[in-house]
Amino acid sequence: MPIKVLVTKPGLDGHDRGAKIVARALRDAGMEVVYTGLHQTPEMIVTAAVQEDVDVIGVSILSGAHMTIFPKIMELLREREVDDIVVIGGGVIQEADVPKLQALGVREIFNAEATTQQLIDGIERVVAEFGRDRARRAAARS
Amino acid sequence: MISQRVHRDLARVISAVENGIVPLATALATLAAQGHDRAASRADVIGITGPPGAGKSTLVDRLIEGLRNAGESVAVIAVDPSSPFTHGAVLGDRVRMQRHAGDVGVFIRSMASRQAGGGLAPATHDAVLLAEAAGFDVIIVETVGVGQVELEIVAVADCIVVVTVPALGDSVQTIKAGLTEIADIFAVNMADRPGANRTAVELKHMVHEGRREIPVLQTIATDGTGIAELLAAIEARRGVQTANAGRAVRFEVLRRARDRAAHAAAAVLDSPEAAGVLARLNAHQITRNDAVDTLLAMLGGPVHAH
Repeated sequence: MPIKVLVTKPGLDGHDRGAKIVARALRDAGMEVVYTGLHQTPEMIVTAAVQEDVDVIGVSILSGAHMTIFPKIMELLREREVDDIVVIGGGVIQEADVPKLQALGVREIFNAEATTQQLIDGIERVVAEFGRDRARRAAARS
Repeated sequence: MISQRVHRDLARVISAVENGIVPLATALATLAAQGHDRAASRADVIGITGPPGAGKSTLVDRLIEGLRNAGESVAVIAVDPSSPFTHGAVLGDRVRMQRHAGDVGVFIRSMASRQAGGGLAPATHDAVLLAEAAGFDVIIVETVGVGQVELEIVAVADCIVVVTVPALGDSVQTIKAGLTEIADIFAVNMADRPGANRTAVELKHMVHEGRREIPVLQTIATDGTGIAELLAAIEARRGVQTANAGRAVRFEVLRRARDRAAHAAAAVLDSPEAAGVLARLNAHQITRNDAVDTLLAMLGGPVHAH
């Protein structure tokens, strides 16, 4: 089954060229990409991710607000009892913040130099690591 | 009562059915076991179809707003195309339906059309039945942007709104078969653009010459003009048994058979055994017809073209 990814841009940052390039690249890699558009709140992101039942939430942040946005996303996922969606991020994120984000449960951070191929490989890897559990849990629930 | 938990559980069973992990019956049983109430009566299913870029998603956004104001819970299944080459898809219908994220009475699900060719995804009908079982009052199905012959929405929706825009063609377009035959309501969207009156008049002539009374409305989805009239027209059709019911069943059976056949054919084509067939075709050693014959033989069972 295809990997389903939410590609989203939170906050006030109005530049989504990169997010669209990512969406297109993931599409060409055979993934089903739900694109939310700009100016998403954590509430909107988590609502979309839950309704779409995506494997991965990919958050693109260039504005520097990542230490506000990511904790809120992780908190809302916990609140809604969703434990089977992987959160990853990309954009302009300082090296020093990466361990802090990982401690919050953000699985992977791709910096601005990452190629689309690295992103595709990274998503396939985290879904293989985490997603197989997800399919097993889905089967167990049914 | 729709809760966040309904959203999560419904989303998960839709995925399970969409990915062939469980059959529909099992998914319905799962929802029931999770204690989700079925809607008090059958859900009303509204189909929204029309060409790409006609404003279907924006119109759906407006319909959600109106239905919510009337106290109805709404689930939306929005289909966008899958690549026939990579199977990937970009699903962008949500972009136009942003305002409802904080409203638990609204559930929006995007679906890639996968191998299906009729404007819907293989699992769209199942998703509608699951949303109904989860307790939603109204279910809106938005097709991919369609041309003239992607009509499978007929098998799913109680009421079909065909959305068109001004100046897509002259009056001959309105008497062509296909899309114009399945409308319960026509909405000429972007009605502030030149040619809207003429398009509406041509559709009205076509309707008048036909057998049914079909409203032809003008809407501007971006500012909400005409939405109240559209909602009233949809409301007037609620519970009305359509002449489509019989052929809808036939459509649905045909669709499922074709989807399965297409799926099986794609699987065979991707198999190592079929690699030689495509190689010989590319080397001009066999014709396309030969390749299809070989493919069908590999599928097993007699499959005839006619």
